[in-house]
Amino acid sequence: MSAAATVGREGAIAARKRRRARRRVLEAPVYAFLMACAGLSIVTTVGIVLILFEETFHFFEEVNIIDFLTGTRWTPLFQSKSFGVLPLLNATFLIAFGAMLVAIPLGVLAAIYLSEYAPPLVRSSVKPVLEVLAGIPTVVYGYFALLFISPELLRPFGQGTAFSAASASIAMGIMILPLVASMSEDAMRAVPRSLREGAYGLGANRFEVATRVVFPGALSGIVAAIILGASRAVGETMIVTVAAGNQPNLSWNPLEAMQAMTAYIVQVSLGDTPRGTIEHSTIFAIGAVLFVSTLLLNIFAQWLLAKFREVYE
Amino acid sequence: MRAAVSSPLPGVSRLAYRRNLGRAFLVLCFAAALSGVVALLVLLATIAADGVGRLSLDFLNSYPSRFPERSGIKAALYGTLWMMAFTALFAVPVGIGAAIYLEEFAPRNWVTKVIETNINNLAGVPSIIYGLLGLTVFVRVMDLGRSVIAGSLTMSLLVLPIIIVAAREGLRAVPPWIREASLALGATRLQTVWSQVLPPAVPAMLTGIILALSRAIGETAPLIMIGALTFLAFTPDSPFIDTFPYVDPTRPAEAAFTVLPIQIFNWVSRPQPEFLETAAAGIIVLLVVLLSMNALAVVLRNHFERRRRW
Repeated sequence: MSAAATVGREGAIAARKRRRARRRVLEAPVYAFLMACAGLSIVTTVGIVLILFEETFHFFEEVNIIDFLTGTRWTPLFQSKSFGVLPLLNATFLIAFGAMLVAIPLGVLAAIYLSEYAPPLVRSSVKPVLEVLAGIPTVVYGYFALLFISPELLRPFGQGTAFSAASASIAMGIMILPLVASMSEDAMRAVPRSLREGAYGLGANRFEVATRVVFPGALSGIVAAIILGASRAVGETMIVTVAAGNQPNLSWNPLEAMQAMTAYIVQVSLGDTPRGTIEHSTIFAIGAVLFVSTLLLNIFAQWLLAKFREVYE
Repeated sequence: MRAAVSSPLPGVSRLAYRRNLGRAFLVLCFAAALSGVVALLVLLATIAADGVGRLSLDFLNSYPSRFPERSGIKAALYGTLWMMAFTALFAVPVGIGAAIYLEEFAPRNWVTKVIETNINNLAGVPSIIYGLLGLTVFVRVMDLGRSVIAGSLTMSLLVLPIIIVAAREGLRAVPPWIREASLALGATRLQTVWSQVLPPAVPAMLTGIILALSRAIGETAPLIMIGALTFLAFTPDSPFIDTFPYVDPTRPAEAAFTVLPIQIFNWVSRPQPEFLETAAAGIIVLLVVLLSMNALAVVLRNHFERRRRW
């Protein structure tokens, strides 16, 4: 009797072991699939780095890297080729800088309003509007720059052509405003209530609390928002392609037309430049410059955000 | 704190000065918050004024033409719908899979940390770089040509980081005791995720997924890179065929295609002003598609938030 019971129990244990083993075998492919999904992001990054730097390497076999980084003429599609990236680089950063001149004050002040002043009803109606603004495709902003900002806002400044860096900057600033506003607002709301209450207790009014307690407290988060906005501005393509023009032009005058790095990549890929030529390699070299610039900005922003979270969370 | 602002104006008390300064600042902040709203209204008004005249059923049902008044967006509209369908087909399962792995199974070690940092950085890579990646890998190395499938795979990589972040938020909203209860009853971790964690997390994920797909609809640059055409007089082939199994998704997948933003870009870059009106009409169609997707996301979010039980 007891022997039979032992056999029965052992049988049950064995059966459970078998079931468990079978389940493990059946579940293994699912785990593998899930892991592969997560691993795909690494493959993507490696892929981007490989294709950018392989072609860039070919490019620098023919073009001196110093000439590339310091040259002031960019004419790879002409008979007399010249590969100085400065006009494109200058245009990209000038336009991005202009965009930040629009987006930083408006975005940060809007964030202060939403975080410190706005009644719930206003907040809950302004935020969706900003979300919609953030979701508008960039080609639409390009159209807006070309057909509203250039003719209506910039004409008084004596602008000759329809294309200008300033027009692209303003449109881009409007595009980035929601990003800066919502990230800054998040940062300000993360500042603990007790700090605000302490300041009120000392007799500060709302303005003083907002500008001397909340703003400095959220500063690293706000700076991270601004840097992410700048990175977006540097990598933005359609606004500059449609509104800033397609002639490389090394100039500090924002009312002139100039070609940004991304606009050049679009120009080449719209034409029929055969692959394997030096002209074709240029878009990868420019892509590599773009990738490195935005990556550095993003890493800096992530680092700031991590620091900010450490303080309050 | 430094000493409060002293009044620079003779005859104004310090308290009144501080109060007025505060009021001026409030007006400034309010104006800044309003600027976004005003910008959106002006943008929509400009486009509506330019484009409404060109909107008609004919416009939706015609192919592009040399003559602006005969141009339509049929090819682009179909191209956008097909591309969105295939993008969702690739990006949604992979994105949710990655989120499940990272949120439910990944050990807390440096590999996981690298993957997470990497996803954050991928989200910040300019879209045109994805275009270069798609051009090299999908169009050339995998030899998919300038097809719907190459475009969709490129777009999938682009929206994947957004989908992963949204899906992880959805999973994180499910309280840990749901998992613990399921495990205590003898379910495996996989069974727990599949039948206890995923069902309540799906609605929250849906919102983020719809927003990610609407981002894909508006993207132009990567598809220009992989060579979506701008002058197409046909739509992708129908996947329905006469013989068994009656559905062949490779037929639309292999087709050359164009999408709404590229068609708009093409019209914007032409010199004739009539084409600008056509572009504005195209933008209206694009915005209607996007806004209805956003509205759907908001409705879903509100609907499911009300029903949440914990």
